[in-house]
Amino acid sequence: MSEQRDHVRDDGFDDWLDAIENGEPYYLTCSEEHGFLPPRHVCPACGSADVEPAPLPATGTLETFTVTSVSTPTFEDDAPYVVAIADFGPVRFTGLVVERDADDVEIGMTVEPDVVSSETTGERVLAFRWCSTSWCC
Amino acid sequence: MSEVRVAGVGLTPFGEYAERTTRELFAEASASAIDDADVARTDVEEVLYGNFLGELSERQGHQGPLMAEAAGVQAPAARYEAACASGSAPVREAVKRIRSGESDVLLVGGAERMTNLTTGDATEALATAADDLWEVRAGVTFPGAYALMARAYFDTYGGSREALAHVAVKNHEHALSNERAHHQQAIAVSDVLEAPQISSPLGLYDSCPISDGAAALVLTSESYAEEHDLDASVAITGTGQGGDRLALHDREFLARSPATRRAGERAYDDAGISADEVDVAEVHDCFTIAEVLAIEALDLEPIGEGISAARDGRTTIDGDRPVNLSGGLKAKGHPVGATGTAQIAEIAALLRGDHPNSEYVEDATTALTHNAGGTVATAIVHVLEVVA
Ligand SMILES: [Zn+2]
Repeated sequence: MSEQRDHVRDDGFDDWLDAIENGEPYYLTCSEEHGFLPPRHVCPACGSADVEPAPLPATGTLETFTVTSVSTPTFEDDAPYVVAIADFGPVRFTGLVVERDADDVEIGMTVEPDVVSSETTGERVLAFRWCSTSWCC
Repeated sequence: MSEVRVAGVGLTPFGEYAERTTRELFAEASASAIDDADVARTDVEEVLYGNFLGELSERQGHQGPLMAEAAGVQAPAARYEAACASGSAPVREAVKRIRSGESDVLLVGGAERMTNLTTGDATEALATAADDLWEVRAGVTFPGAYALMARAYFDTYGGSREALAHVAVKNHEHALSNERAHHQQAIAVSDVLEAPQISSPLGLYDSCPISDGAAALVLTSESYAEEHDLDASVAITGTGQGGDRLALHDREFLARSPATRRAGERAYDDAGISADEVDVAEVHDCFTIAEVLAIEALDLEPIGEGISAARDGRTTIDGDRPVNLSGGLKAKGHPVGATGTAQIAEIAALLRGDHPNSEYVEDATTALTHNAGGTVATAIVHVLEVVA
């Protein structure tokens, strides 16, 4: 709908995708050990400004998912696609489920985070890969 | 504290009116409300107006003054935005102003024009109610977000697509007599189950339509209503708002609506009533699962049992406590900025006896409206009571 300048980074968010791509995923945590994602300067749970990165657990558990058939124009060529929320302990986040048929996706499966390219726009998209065995993660 | 009276209500038909601008829609709704209230336009002290998508759908910001102009009112005006709760936010603000004694007569309303957008662009525009960085860029659409909640609900409490289908069937049945409803046609459970999937487990008939429309209210102080001998038997006696993190994955629960619970508790407390006293309710049913989550969070149903309320007849037109007698967002339609105001207009009409479904709630004295923004990162609840 609206045109934006190309390649303007989003502080915090793009840094986090870079970290996933570099195999060094992290989350942010406060002195009370609440977990949250960037770009946040204070803990949304307790308001503490004592914020530090910590290593993200390697795998998460898929908590819920949906197969989206009717997409926005920015995901037109990706549809139908699976979107899920996975729990990594201190944080949850949302991503595309890749390399797995929609029929085979189930709540409780173990996933690891990854970054893929949207088939529609080529933009980076946060994704989940299924870990069938210990060799993948 | 001054009591807040609903002196006038006005609604346009909800439906596909791509050619109608929001200023034109609001002109109609506000004229009806002012006529219904029988107040002088010169007595209106301020216009409080809700709208969500104006910049995206009409390239129009700064809509407050535009809408005062459309209403023929020379008064200060401002726009309120809270995603799909944009129509309740100005009502809540108006209630506070009248209670404080700051104002005696306010024109409150909302409008949305949506069907001039393509379905794809409307889907994209609505998705701006979710977290752009962490949800929309991961492929979350609005139906997708509610689908994530629906599957989490099934996994936590049980339930099925079939039980959800009864919510849609019920609300379509309620809209049959509501001539302003977007959809006035009965549907069967099989229609819902066989409809194309939009975002599994939700299909086309689990979703409210994309609609155009406007709603307006004239709210006055009790003293103004009495001095001017207004026919204003219904009062807004409770208001409450609850908030939550914007992104669904940041919430404590994926299958509950804590923001609705907080809004409901505050509104009940404010009105001095309990959930048991609610005779009839209009709740936010943008998707079938949304109605289930709402009635549970409002304590109208126990947690985990809201899913069966429509199927078992507890919330149907002849049930103990009908929910969404207007047809709800599902069948009446959901022009997002108008919805919250329209819920109050429908409830006021039901309570004063001039709604097509009033006969089903003849003895009702206490009612509730619930309007949600985004995936319920905002919830606004109002209690209405017959006072005169
Ligand atoms: Zn904290």
